[in-house]
Amino acid sequence: MKPAPFNYAVAHSLDNAQKALAGGQNKLVSGNQSLGPMLNLRLTRPTGLIDIAQLTDLRQVEDFGDRVRFGAATTHAEIEDGLVTDPTGHWMCDAAANIAYRAVRNRGTIGGSLAHADPAADWVIVMTALCATALIRGSDQGADLRTLPIEDFITGPYSTALGPDDVLAAIDVPRPGKGARWAYWKYTRQVGEFAKASAAILSDPENNRLRIAIGALGRQPAILSQPQAILDGQVSPIDALQNAIPDQPVETLNLHAVALSRALAQLAERKENEA
Amino acid sequence: MDKNLGAEEQGMGIGARLERKEDDRYLNGKGRYIADMRLPGMLELAFLRSPMAHARILSQTKPDATENTVFFARDLEGVSGIRAVSGLPGFRPSTQPILAEDKVRHVGELIAACLAPSRALAEDLTEQIDITFDELPAVHDMTKARNKDAALVHEDWDENVFLESAVDINFEAAVAQADVIVRREFKTARQCMAPIEGRGLIAAWDRNLEVLTLHSATQMPHIVRTGLSECLKLDHGQIRVIAPDVGGGFGYKGILLPEEVCACFLAMKLDRPIRWIEDRREHLIAGANCREHSYEITGYAKADGELLAVDCSAIVDSGAYSSYPFSACLEAAQVASILPGPYLMQGYRCKTWSVATNKPPILPFRGVARTGVCFAMEVLLDSIARELKITPEAIRHRNLVRPEQMPFTNITNKFFDSGDYPEALKRAVAAIDMTGIRAEQQAQIGRTRIGVGLSIFCEQGAHGTSVYHGWGIPMVPGFEQAIARLTPDGGLELRVGVHSHGQGLETTLAQIANSEIGIDTKKIKLVHGDTAYTPYSTGTWGSRCIVMAGGAVGTACASLGERICKIAGHLLQADPSKIILEDGMARIGNSAISIEEVAKTWYLKPQLLPDDVDPRGLEVVEGYKTVKDTGTFSYACHAVKVAVDLDLGHVRLLDYVIVEDAGTMINPMVVDGQVYGGAAQGIGTALFEEMCFDASGQPLASTLADYHLPLASDLPAIRIEHMETPSPLSRFGQKGIGESGAIGPPAAIANAVNDALSFLGAEVSEVPITPERVLAAVGFARRSQQTKSGDAA
Ligand SMILES: Cc1cc2nc3c(=O)[nH]c(=O)nc-3n(C[C@H](O)[C@H](O)[C@H](O)COP(=O)(O)OP(=O)(O)OC[C@H]3O[C@@H](n4cnc5c(N)ncnc54)[C@H](O)[C@@H]3O)c2cc1C
Repeated sequence: MKPAPFNYAVAHSLDNAQKALAGGQNKLVSGNQSLGPMLNLRLTRPTGLIDIAQLTDLRQVEDFGDRVRFGAATTHAEIEDGLVTDPTGHWMCDAAANIAYRAVRNRGTIGGSLAHADPAADWVIVMTALCATALIRGSDQGADLRTLPIEDFITGPYSTALGPDDVLAAIDVPRPGKGARWAYWKYTRQVGEFAKASAAILSDPENNRLRIAIGALGRQPAILSQPQAILDGQVSPIDALQNAIPDQPVETLNLHAVALSRALAQLAERKENEA
Repeated sequence: MDKNLGAEEQGMGIGARLERKEDDRYLNGKGRYIADMRLPGMLELAFLRSPMAHARILSQTKPDATENTVFFARDLEGVSGIRAVSGLPGFRPSTQPILAEDKVRHVGELIAACLAPSRALAEDLTEQIDITFDELPAVHDMTKARNKDAALVHEDWDENVFLESAVDINFEAAVAQADVIVRREFKTARQCMAPIEGRGLIAAWDRNLEVLTLHSATQMPHIVRTGLSECLKLDHGQIRVIAPDVGGGFGYKGILLPEEVCACFLAMKLDRPIRWIEDRREHLIAGANCREHSYEITGYAKADGELLAVDCSAIVDSGAYSSYPFSACLEAAQVASILPGPYLMQGYRCKTWSVATNKPPILPFRGVARTGVCFAMEVLLDSIARELKITPEAIRHRNLVRPEQMPFTNITNKFFDSGDYPEALKRAVAAIDMTGIRAEQQAQIGRTRIGVGLSIFCEQGAHGTSVYHGWGIPMVPGFEQAIARLTPDGGLELRVGVHSHGQGLETTLAQIANSEIGIDTKKIKLVHGDTAYTPYSTGTWGSRCIVMAGGAVGTACASLGERICKIAGHLLQADPSKIILEDGMARIGNSAISIEEVAKTWYLKPQLLPDDVDPRGLEVVEGYKTVKDTGTFSYACHAVKVAVDLDLGHVRLLDYVIVEDAGTMINPMVVDGQVYGGAAQGIGTALFEEMCFDASGQPLASTLADYHLPLASDLPAIRIEHMETPSPLSRFGQKGIGESGAIGPPAAIANAVNDALSFLGAEVSEVPITPERVLAAVGFARRSQQTKSGDAA
């Protein structure tokens, strides 16, 4: 279980990293927590790795008031530990704390996670439900960043809107308004496992955002239609899922319906707590 | 032993809660394992392994200029494959090739050996080799292996069966009076042993001694030496096997691997040290497979719960080859002989098949067949109890062997040396708070249901010559030897042929020696893991070390003590037979001389010795066997409380109690450690561990992301209670308990889950009890209910 030979270089700037991708032979490496195992299993054989983990441009976290911009190389642990601003209070911090286990969180990054787009990954569903936006640095746009809502950024299992020589530079997470509530429930059998089913709910009346996302579907998260009706109990979780993902086997539907019910229960509990 | 006694009061002999001598090394990173070792000029070895489960090899082509770095079967001149032939009639022997030549029989089988200065470069070489295959249909399901149309794993056999066995003891007569007949099918998944350290070795030719030296992470160095001598056709005198620190064995490290034979051959051929470190992928795919059984079992009972007879057909998926030295048939032999366990019954019938499939050889894992057998028997008992509407504890009390029957010979002629099984059951039921749980269950309404489960089993340990010969195993243990040597400074060296790799033998054997001749355990050194230094032994397996090596050390120390007393008697001008050895002194009345002084006299001041001194000096070899070689029977009752989430199928362990009788405990903390570790592995078997294969024989878990081991967060705080019924067979009353913890959990947990699901009429019958299996059981029960009510209407 040793990787095939590869070259290794540390990127000195975002520009430098982006240019090194030209030709499609090289790959970015950030926390190496998803890429590393694939290299070791020789499932991927890039000619070279461009290390962006320490790139200053990608390590900034900026607060713009209505949103916070996370550099792509911000680690799960930094978010977990509150070393960077969490615009949601503690929701991101809680989600981060339950990704894998600490050793992985010390190195794994939010940008790497989204670029990798594992359907069961935490940031993939959490960022979708929080209505986050991806900021992309491409080849033909100079220093300008292209923006895409996360739901358009993630296009399928392990696939994104990133072009071959694009770099995911940052993620913008909107700051929820007063009275906003959040629920995130995932089923993992063991600590540190990827989720088997997950559901996240953002209710942010002040900003007119209400979103229910279902994750771990073997594809990009599903955003449910009629979220208010689901919240009000007019559409049952199983019906909601049948509408959204009719092609899935019944066991999967059931499991995700459980995830949704439990997220709904969590949300309801939070309401009571606040009252 | 009272936990609160200080070190002073409890001494350092048998029964003391002594901290382990080896822990300084283990816990402070001071150990030395194979992967820590390097020899000058060493090459790393990587193997090209079969990507297919069953295929003919049509051609093998080396990359250019790799004559001295890439090796195929044809290059291994004079090397024989591995054969482990059962002594039982009807056994079909297999030959496990060192490197496959014309056919591969499981994914991961070795095809080519590649050498390079680093492992990564060696792996690069494996990719450049060109092999063409003609794929054959794979035998991947043991229950279909005997079908007429199944492909043959070994083409010179007439069916895919290593061995078939049948016993029938008074079966027909016994079942005649049965009120209920309960039939079930059970399965235990194929599992991997997963010690923290995988296998690993360095083979080197020692030009000076003209000896092949194999450093290997093995728990049975002498057996590996014998196996190597057969395969490489070398004299034993030309082979030395050294097992350094070994990071867990569990049975896997008792096996002679083709990798070992291959590396040794290449080290001699090239005259260079060669190292192979098994990686986790090799370990999971090709190495440490175990546990896969399937049972059809029927219990016959009277209305009051009396068990009359058990009828069983069991299949063991033995994989492609009979591995050395335990053979393909140890599991099935155990199944047939230990299934009735500690229960009284009048009739018994059992058929077993050790079938060959296109999977890696099945190897004995901690508990061997006992884990599966206990699962089948104990889950069946609960099903009978539910059918009869009696409690799980009632059916067990009705049928367990009673203390006044000890020693007891059961229906399969197993000799139970001592014990009080009903008492263990009683204590476990009390400790888990059965009454409280039953009350709690009355009140529950939600989608999470609580259940409680029990399992009882005995663990035959240290079973000797007659048992292993009877099972037809090629390796038969005899007398266990130990060497006790007093050093010139009054220290004691103990040399044993077993190996300690977590069992704490460096401590417990020193405690035994301390009890015999009073030398401070700090001055006692256990020498083990080197065939050049230690007496021949079958090694560490079968919960035998504390009984056999412990007995041997005790015997050797007693003899050494006599010789010490003889010299001390002369120096003290006293009767040697009246001298007592304690606290490092040879004492008689008020006069005493230190053992150190006695040692100095023998080695350094022989002029002071009497003329009739024993010329064999202060080094003793003694051999030991238990009073009968039928084994010590430790036993336990496990009790577990679970919560089952009916929506997710998720099982959580809320409480876990083990009441365990290890006979005389040499060191209670070491016993606890063995039980905790074993129970964690048993919980893995119960809930998590499963190596699935697809229809083409491809293993579906090749990393620990897919092969789920139990994690710390999955384990409850296990509570252990001890009973201490001495064995009349062993030197100090001690019994083997090394495997015990791993035996009980699948049965107890399945019973608890079934208890939780009983209001639905649902039962799980396979381990691991995954959420999918729980949901399937619930769904199946719901559909049967609907059909039933449909029928009624
Ligand atoms: C044992 C284990 C358990 C895990 N469990 C979980 C879990 O429960 N939940 C979960 O969400 N995740 C889990 N993970 C994944 C973990 O969170 C990873 O850290 C994450 O998925 C990838 O982030 P990374 O920084 O390590 O990316 P890397 O591994 O470095 O890169 C991943 C991929 O993204 C590309 N990439 C990286 N950064 C960028 C960028 N800025 N722009 C464009 N492409 C980029 C790389 O080229 C590569 O293809 C687990 C990982 C392990 C090893």
